[in-house]
Amino acid sequence: MSDRCYMRVATHMPPGHVRTPAYLRGKVGWVERKLGPFPNPEQLAYGLTAETARLMRVRFTMAEVWGPQAECPDDTIDAEIYAHWLEPTDPPHAT
Amino acid sequence: MGGDAAGPIPTEQHDFSLWEKRVDALMVIASSRGHFTVDGLRRVLEDMSPESFETMTYYERWIASVNQNLIESGVYTTAELAERMSEIAARGTTYGEASRE
Amino acid sequence: MPHDHHDHLSPSGHPYRPDDDHPLTYWQQMEIAIREILIEKGVTTAAEINAQIDTMDARSPANGATVIARAWTDPAFHAALLDDASAASASMGFDIGPLKLIAVENTQDVHNVIVCTLCSCYPRNLLGLPPDWYKSRAYRSRTVKEPRKVLAEFGVTLPDHVTVRVHDSTADMRYIVVPARPDGTDNWSADRLAKLVTRDSMIGTGLPKDPGTIAQPLPSG
Repeated sequence: MSDRCYMRVATHMPPGHVRTPAYLRGKVGWVERKLGPFPNPEQLAYGLTAETARLMRVRFTMAEVWGPQAECPDDTIDAEIYAHWLEPTDPPHAT
Repeated sequence: MGGDAAGPIPTEQHDFSLWEKRVDALMVIASSRGHFTVDGLRRVLEDMSPESFETMTYYERWIASVNQNLIESGVYTTAELAERMSEIAARGTTYGEASRE
Repeated sequence: MPHDHHDHLSPSGHPYRPDDDHPLTYWQQMEIAIREILIEKGVTTAAEINAQIDTMDARSPANGATVIARAWTDPAFHAALLDDASAASASMGFDIGPLKLIAVENTQDVHNVIVCTLCSCYPRNLLGLPPDWYKSRAYRSRTVKEPRKVLAEFGVTLPDHVTVRVHDSTADMRYIVVPARPDGTDNWSADRLAKLVTRDSMIGTGLPKDPGTIAQPLPSG
């Protein structure tokens, strides 16, 4: 699956309104599809004029998100994440 | 919240009451008029204390958030709200009596 | 007593809770106050609020069932739905407002389930308001971690070879599951098929009804 575009979710936990769930911070997934652009909700939430933000649907395996606690490692979670939370990365090593 | 341990999924279902539907309608209308966004609604909901999830119903949290957003966007002031709520409390002891049509 | 809804039944066919007769709560005072102030300031009108309530009441899982049944019977619509579910739903005449919808399809190998862990995002402009369990802390917490256990609580047990795909509605899109068309429904009309499509089957916590539970249509003529 070398054509997959892998991304790591930023690990920071800023105060305030964000749409990136805590359980996905620092996890690596691949882009399932690109969406948007949308006005940045981190500005809209405060009544500010919002800049345009790119949005992606990123797919994570349960094994990546929950490690050994995963209920079924190959099941997946898809989430919409704004591009400024994502950094291109290598695929996770197969174990 | 995502990934936290929790008990069985509750199965009770209630039909929405008129006041809950009004809260929903006020949110849709006020946001469609540009007074706030769904992101503003979510911000206030998520900033609430964890206890509020246990002590307030869904639409109680929503009306609290709608109110916060409308005050922030300057549609009315806290003083205007307080005065009107006192007046409403004096109208009667039930929702029907207090909600003049 | 000023009742303006005593002759209305909810989408489930039950009367609304008799909230008019219950002691006035602080939050109800706030709702009345905000409503009156918004009307006085010209932001809205009482008629507009009532119209919005009627619009929301008219949205129900039956709308989604109509969309799904069409996708099961019309290959071009099926492709259009998976390409852009908002446009496809709107093309059937449903007033979905600004809803941005993605349809995800169940197959023999994939089962999709929808959740919103951050709040309670739901394709409300097509299916109506979400059920209470969808908004519960338990559903929002557990579905991303142990979807198979959650599904089992809803009576859906999946074979190991089926991959579960959880969709967390974190941002701007909303989701609807296209359930797999049940076997034994060849030559069924879209209207009849729509009766098999339940709300939960479009969230992924249920499957379509057993075709054997739907009565044969009356012979025409």
